[in-house]
Amino acid sequence: MADMALAGAPSPEIPAAYVRPLEDGEASVNFVVDGVHCGGCVRRVERAVQGLAGVTRGRLNLSTKRLNVCFDPQQVSADEIAGAVIGTGYGARPFDPRALETQQARDERELMIAMGVAGFAAANVMLLSVSVWAGHAGGMEASTRDMFHWISALIALPAIVFSGRPFFRSAARALRAGAMNMDVPISLAVILAAGMSLSETIAGAQHVYFDASVMLLFFLLIGRTLDMKMRARAALAAQNLLALRADAAMVIGDDGVARAMPVETLAPGMVVAVAAGQRVAADGVVTLGRSDLDTSLITGETAPVSVAPGTQVYAGTLNMSGPLQVEVTAGDDETLLSEIVRLMEAAEQGRDRFVRIADKAARLYAPTVHILAAATFLGWWLLGGLPWDGSLKIAIAVLIITCPCALGLAVPVVHVVASGRLLARGVLLKSSDALERLVQVDTLVFDKTGTLTKGTLALVHDGVDAMALEQAATLARASSHPLSRALVRAAGDGPTAEAVSEHPGQGLMGEINGVPARLGNADFVGADLQADAGGPEIWFRLGETAPRRFAFEDELRVDAAQVVSWATARGLNVLLLSGDRPQTVAAIAREAGIADFEGGMMPQDKIARLETLAAAGAHVLMVGDGLNDAPALAAAHVSMSPASGADVSQAAADLVFQGERLAPVTVALDIARSSQRLVLQNFGLSLAYNAIAVPIAVAGFVTPLIAAVAMSSSSILVTLNALRLRMGKAGIDDGRNR
Amino acid sequence: MDVLIYLIPAALFLGLLGLAAFLWALKSGQFEDLDGAAERILFDDEDDAPPPVRDDDR
Repeated sequence: MADMALAGAPSPEIPAAYVRPLEDGEASVNFVVDGVHCGGCVRRVERAVQGLAGVTRGRLNLSTKRLNVCFDPQQVSADEIAGAVIGTGYGARPFDPRALETQQARDERELMIAMGVAGFAAANVMLLSVSVWAGHAGGMEASTRDMFHWISALIALPAIVFSGRPFFRSAARALRAGAMNMDVPISLAVILAAGMSLSETIAGAQHVYFDASVMLLFFLLIGRTLDMKMRARAALAAQNLLALRADAAMVIGDDGVARAMPVETLAPGMVVAVAAGQRVAADGVVTLGRSDLDTSLITGETAPVSVAPGTQVYAGTLNMSGPLQVEVTAGDDETLLSEIVRLMEAAEQGRDRFVRIADKAARLYAPTVHILAAATFLGWWLLGGLPWDGSLKIAIAVLIITCPCALGLAVPVVHVVASGRLLARGVLLKSSDALERLVQVDTLVFDKTGTLTKGTLALVHDGVDAMALEQAATLARASSHPLSRALVRAAGDGPTAEAVSEHPGQGLMGEINGVPARLGNADFVGADLQADAGGPEIWFRLGETAPRRFAFEDELRVDAAQVVSWATARGLNVLLLSGDRPQTVAAIAREAGIADFEGGMMPQDKIARLETLAAAGAHVLMVGDGLNDAPALAAAHVSMSPASGADVSQAAADLVFQGERLAPVTVALDIARSSQRLVLQNFGLSLAYNAIAVPIAVAGFVTPLIAAVAMSSSSILVTLNALRLRMGKAGIDDGRNR
Repeated sequence: MDVLIYLIPAALFLGLLGLAAFLWALKSGQFEDLDGAAERILFDDEDDAPPPVRDDDR
């Protein structure tokens, strides 16, 4: 019975607003598909959708986990499409198409086009420049050289105007705000170099710097694009999170007919129907029906909670066994779920104070370069006795040679290599500055359920009678309740009892060899309630024999204790903060070797604790998975979430890790440390290069050839140095270390 | 040196061709799903043409 309820989970009703009509009479709808992670998943989902009559296009994007379907609304409905996806075993959440049109996506596209154009220009101008440099030695005629300069100008000037826009815009914005950023000296150098080169070309002079300015733009755009890609990944997860609440609710009208309505329109007093397998759409009170709710999304508790008329329920919890009717007590923006999202946003604000190392460098760098160039100009003009235009040329050469080519690549290249290495070890880096923040970590805070533990229940075998277990399992096999499933896992395959009926929120009743048997909560089987030992439990009673108790516990991840001792050995302070019962938390903490723990914490308590820690000067790495952890994840200095965690936590976390083990936490800490070392080395290399090149430039000996060689060699050096990150070991060996 | 009259336009044309190819690939959505593209190459029966671009892709 319960199995049926789950298998026949009703396809969600898609609100009309999420279906967008296209010009040719077709319509398009977008879903976020949960749980896809490989090509096989993509194929299964696409096949299922494309197999429906009337679907003209079904494309699942594996990077974004978004499915776009174009269909003929006459032949097939959006609900049926969602049903087809869910039928393949993946979750499908309708997605508001308006959220797809982000500024970020447009910016990324613009950067890539600019990079392509700059690359084209750099290659072709360099081709001409190399000929000119060779010509200096080999006696190229002045007229040929001038022609080459003109052609370079024709290619370079439009390319600079086009590809330089991201830098010019940002520089203008900074100047208007009275501030200074890296883009100001970049824009100045590029514009001055191009302007001077143009006037030199017109005058038929020997040296022009078109190649330097386009190459500079090209290198910087590579760095900028890499950086943007990393940020886009983070933004993506946040957008997918919005879809979590986009489900429709079945509202029962005064006439007793249920209608699908968008969640946003729910108001207190309305009655919504929640079928088994659906999530509760709004906070409210149960008016009709009994069932079990999976509240792990909100509380992080593994064991399901029984509900009956009068019980308070929260949006986002999953109804597992029986149909319910819920009277809404809070509108969509007042639900606990919305409250958690708000807490999270507020917590994130506090993080903005973090200054990235590249920005710190820029703050020092920009004024230094400007003062240096101005001093060179004034020095040659006033003291050196050069005419003003000659002095200006030397000053511009200083600007070009100091331009942060290597500096612009120093951080993004290391971060891209680091994120590639992390990905190979099952860690997804979501925020680009998380690596820098990881380095400062001195305190490790774990959540319990699903983080330190596997998040699945296992039977405690101590004192369990094998006979009773087998008998209880015959009843449990008829149910899809998590505790029944755990019991069956422990008992293995076997027969199912006769005449089993499920009483949602209470238990199962059936007959074993003609003797009536019950499996359920203590009340249901008639056991003494005072024997509460804590932790999830299930009771079994055959006929009038004494009730037997089966206890369950959440298993620790295999390497949890190892990770804790690794962290302690590193001098990190390890804490366990959980929303679960204090006894359970204490048991787990003992097993994992964590001395400092606290249970029964609400999301606000966790944030408060993190704030206390932060106020004491600690830099916290928070590792958590549930929705209840999301605000704490956002509030921590840096955060990680397992890929099995709630979407919200994954969105809030800076890093997401996959797999059964906890070792990725150690891997991330180690890789962050080595990448920080490489970033600093790269800054050192850039500085060393400047220390050599700047005096040459100030002395007025820089030619375009020297500028080009210096610029590209330092960029290549920095990139090669970053690649060293792929070597060496990181973290506890989890079998994936190369 | 007269040969430059052909060679320079030829070099520029080839460069532009590369740029056009990049822009076309970008516009037709080939950079939209790099993870998916790596997997799709293994599908036996898949039509491997890029998806038709529609308004709703942006």
